[in-house]
Amino acid sequence: MRTDAMLTAYKTIVTREIRRFTRIWPQTLLPPAVTMTLYFIIFGNLIGSRIGVMDGFDYMSFIVPGLIMMAVITSSYSNVVSSFFSMKFQRSIEELLVSPVPNWIILAGYVTGGMSRGLGIGLIVTLLSLGFTDLSIHHLPMVILTVFLTSALFSLGGFINAMLATKFDDISIVPTFILTPLTYLGGVFYSIDMLPGFWQGVSMINPILYMVNAFRYGILGVSDVNPYIALAMIVVFITILSAVSLRMLARGKGIRH
Amino acid sequence: MTNALEIEGLVKTYGDGFEALKGIDLHVAEGDFFALLGPNGAGKSTTLGIVCSLVNKSAGKVRVFGSDIDTHLSDAKLNLGVVPQEFNFNQFEKVFDIVTTQAGYYGIPLKKASESAEKYLRQLGLWDKRNTPAMMLSGGMKRRLMIARALVHEPKLLILDEPTAGVDIELRRSMWTFLEEMNRRGTTIILTTHYLEEAEALCRNIAIIDHGRILRNTSKRELLQQLSSETFVLDTAEPLDKAPVLDGFFSHLDDEGAMVVDVQKGQSLNGMFIQLEKLGIRVVSMRTKANRLEELFIRMVEDNNTSAASRGDAA
Ligand SMILES: Nc1ncnc2c1ncn2[C@@H]1O[C@H](COP(=O)(O)OP(=O)(O)OP(=O)(O)O)[C@@H](O)[C@H]1O
Ligand SMILES: [Mg+2]
Repeated sequence: MRTDAMLTAYKTIVTREIRRFTRIWPQTLLPPAVTMTLYFIIFGNLIGSRIGVMDGFDYMSFIVPGLIMMAVITSSYSNVVSSFFSMKFQRSIEELLVSPVPNWIILAGYVTGGMSRGLGIGLIVTLLSLGFTDLSIHHLPMVILTVFLTSALFSLGGFINAMLATKFDDISIVPTFILTPLTYLGGVFYSIDMLPGFWQGVSMINPILYMVNAFRYGILGVSDVNPYIALAMIVVFITILSAVSLRMLARGKGIRH
Repeated sequence: MTNALEIEGLVKTYGDGFEALKGIDLHVAEGDFFALLGPNGAGKSTTLGIVCSLVNKSAGKVRVFGSDIDTHLSDAKLNLGVVPQEFNFNQFEKVFDIVTTQAGYYGIPLKKASESAEKYLRQLGLWDKRNTPAMMLSGGMKRRLMIARALVHEPKLLILDEPTAGVDIELRRSMWTFLEEMNRRGTTIILTTHYLEEAEALCRNIAIIDHGRILRNTSKRELLQQLSSETFVLDTAEPLDKAPVLDGFFSHLDDEGAMVVDVQKGQSLNGMFIQLEKLGIRVVSMRTKANRLEELFIRMVEDNNTSAASRGDAA
């Protein structure tokens, strides 16, 4: 395929993905907005006012970066996993398989679709948070880089999940049993300084902790970990998951008999 | 002349160990209108699926207009349009979006894609439905949607897997006309069908496949010449209560009480009419019994089953 043709194919996939999640916005855009507003009200305002200061910031300001990341992670992941799995399920994936689009364009298109929703949600949640707290940004490039790369990483995760899934149950297992616990334990609501030494150590093997902290560093300037190590780690994960995704596409397991 | 499709030694063993294709050879010339016929489970969709990259082959070669799908897959795909047996579009998407999106996958920019989509949706009578979600189309409309989608990038080879399944007679005729016109303008067409009169009406060359093997691959003319007799249905002015006894012809009554006569090749029909005249039977209309191909087909597949059973590999 020629380069301009590949670009057209890429744009086509991305457009289709964006059209999908905006068409079903009550399922895709509304729920995180509602949930996050509830978090802001309950944890930030009601409970937060009693918690007092964390890492030198009032509790509301402390949890906002983590909650934004949480929304970005879940939305990116679930966009790709549901979209690609339903393509598999309805067999409309065959429209792509018969066409000359190279696999890496297919992957890039879906990841961009997941990022569009993830970052869109991130923006919505950020705007909502402004109703509760003032956000000043400590280090803008760090904010942007972290949120983009994290969104890309979880879009890839959603893609692999969709490739492996054989039934609808399979697409909710990872978000429910892995993603949510890791996010809750990933320092969204607390600084790991508060934990006893052993649990601090355990927390350090949770990758989401690094992303949340790097993002919080970008906004507040405080972090439990070195944000540059966190960025490097995300890049390594992205490389690995991309390679795995491309290999799965090439073998065609679950999409080609 | 290049071949639109060349298949050599194609073998397919599915994941469960089932050998659906046992070494298939098939050549379809450019410009041909070709039918791949065979009973359920013969391997038609498997064969076409491999050509279209929907099924991985286990062994063998496939070339589309000279491009080997192992080495020049992208070129092969650009020349191919596919109408699969099962509906495989996103049910929630709108008709127009489905067709233009497919064009986009072939690298056609939106403006050109929209023009091409309009052209084929109009030709296939779906333009009024362009903003309807696919799930709200009737079965026949869904089939036509898949044809429009397959043509949007103007492929040189169009593959249709049972395009007229579940389509009413009138619509089927109009699809035939549409396909004949496409073929006349140069598109090579390969189709599978269980309506043998469809193959008889449309196709020039025919392959018959059963249990993953090609039984015959020849021209329709040659195939039909194999029939040693022809069957005519005669409607009479007065209903008959039993078939007349005719010298040299075998006749019987069908379910509707019409007279059915077998005529051997080379035998003159005049003799039959002279006898009928003498018996005072007035024939008001006469037609050849359609589905001549059907008889041949059934005979061939039955023979194959018998010999497969004796080889011990019947499925
Ligand atoms: N995914 C699969 N896994 C295992 N076996 C399969 C699979 N797909 C098809 N088969 C088997 O391969 C054989 C050929 O199937 P195929 O779909 O090619 O038949 P067909 O000629 O298209 O039949 P039909 O006229 O019913 O569409 C059948 O016995 C079928 O059960
Ligand atoms: Mg079939």
